[in-house]
Amino acid sequence: MNLSVDFAGVSMKNPVTTASGTFGSGAEYNEFVDLSRLGAVTTKGVANVPWPGNPTPRICETYGGMLNAIGLQNPGIDVFVERDIPFLKQYDTNIIVNVCGKTPEEYIAVVERLAQEDVALLEINISCPNVKAGGIAFGQDPKQVEKITRQIKEKAKQPIIMKLSPNVTDITEMAKAAEAGGADAISLINTLTGMKIDINRRKFALANKTGGMSGPAVKPVAVRMVYQAAHAVSIPVLGMGGIQTAEDALEFIMAGATMVAVGTANFHNPTATTDVISGIEAFMKEHQVKDIKELIGCVE
Amino acid sequence: MAEKKKSRATVTSQVMLSEGIYSMWLKFPKEQDVAATAVPGQFISMYCNEGSRLLPRPISICEINKEERMLRVVYRIAGNGTQEFSKLLPGDTLDVVGPLGNGFTLKEGRSILIGGGIGIPPMLELAKSLPGEVTVVLGYRNDDLFLKEEFAPYAEVFVSTEDGSAGTKGNVIDAVKANQLTADTIYACGPTPMLRGVKEFALSNEIDAQVSMEEKMACGIGACLACVCQSKEKDSHSNVNNKRVCKDGPVFDVREIEL
Repeated sequence: MNLSVDFAGVSMKNPVTTASGTFGSGAEYNEFVDLSRLGAVTTKGVANVPWPGNPTPRICETYGGMLNAIGLQNPGIDVFVERDIPFLKQYDTNIIVNVCGKTPEEYIAVVERLAQEDVALLEINISCPNVKAGGIAFGQDPKQVEKITRQIKEKAKQPIIMKLSPNVTDITEMAKAAEAGGADAISLINTLTGMKIDINRRKFALANKTGGMSGPAVKPVAVRMVYQAAHAVSIPVLGMGGIQTAEDALEFIMAGATMVAVGTANFHNPTATTDVISGIEAFMKEHQVKDIKELIGCVE
Repeated sequence: MAEKKKSRATVTSQVMLSEGIYSMWLKFPKEQDVAATAVPGQFISMYCNEGSRLLPRPISICEINKEERMLRVVYRIAGNGTQEFSKLLPGDTLDVVGPLGNGFTLKEGRSILIGGGIGIPPMLELAKSLPGEVTVVLGYRNDDLFLKEEFAPYAEVFVSTEDGSAGTKGNVIDAVKANQLTADTIYACGPTPMLRGVKEFALSNEIDAQVSMEEKMACGIGACLACVCQSKEKDSHSNVNNKRVCKDGPVFDVREIEL
């Protein structure tokens, strides 16, 4: 039985990684899961300098989901390179570094700093709904998507994955723009912008007023967008959005995702990532699937 | 690593202590014994059985019984998750991860333990554990004095109530001052305005103080950065002035955090 996939030229032992921001750099979940079992670890977004993030409360639960507005708190690329990369290098897994910035120059500073590092892929976050500058501002206009993709691709030593926002009219335009700009892959969906009001306090549940919605409630939207995007481009797709189980992950794979990421489910179940991998193996055994590649995009 | 797991806890008893406040004992299986390493001031992540409620509820540990592999939690119904917990009956089960966070650092000498509202429960195990002379000050809204009698075997107990119906009228610091209490160390858990009062009192009287913080959490283990509080110095993990309540706390030296 073969679970390995090639993703933008990088060999992965299985198609499962973590969704950026839900898993830190793996140090905390390492107590629950053997990181060497994962196809890759995708880290929390990192910028050229430390970011303090948003005021609290930063999260709230919704029916079958949650909202977050962490605001990309991160220690900056210097600490990340000195501490988090050596930590992850101890494990037999690929490192995908999620990169954030407020300007093209800031993204490029991070990408250039990572040039000599043993990192498999860069995931470029142009879709965070919780920061005022950068983030989603680059991800909602196809011209901007193509431009920033090209600017980053010119400087990047590793293959780049453009992480797309679902908060757009037509996801296929954004996927095509990323491909046109030279992206090696795309990942989607980032969170859907949402809001919750605490009726007893007559206040927003989040200090940021709005937050990014994730969790199983968003999964059908995510599967639909992954299907559309995968059919619009020829570069590989990393699918995510509400994956809790192997069955969920297989929906994304059959819709056209070469890899999948487990995010919010980690909060609900700290062993969600490895449970998904074991579940995919069980499904393949039960259905006599010899190679996971038979399943990628098998639903036309 | 990679040895921690959710533990399937069994409810052994559940009683309502007062309106909306419940006391529950949980027993853990031998192979995932959450009680084994628990210390006062730590918390557990309690998961809902209803699948639409994704996030664990962080609940402070009220009492620890290691021989029986049991923990007691006393919690207030604050939403649909804690409502679900309040309906569990003896024999029912739920998932738990823990013990989580850092507990109180137990100091020799005289201690004042200050608990406000639903910050009172973690003070009980602490009162039982401290080596020296222990005084407890409990802040309530009114004369519904849940848990108060349970402190009596371990400490002299003072009370403040917002409406003046029992003890000192006012807040916990009013009760500390009215009774001229003093100590080598203050331990406190309660709402932020109360902790602010504790900080001011401790600093102006040059008393060491440890406070237990609360914030909305998602992962409960330090990965998601939802539950941060502001730290005075740049934190070594975050590289900004933020500490994680779940992982770096919930107990902090009052001098290291902004309130």
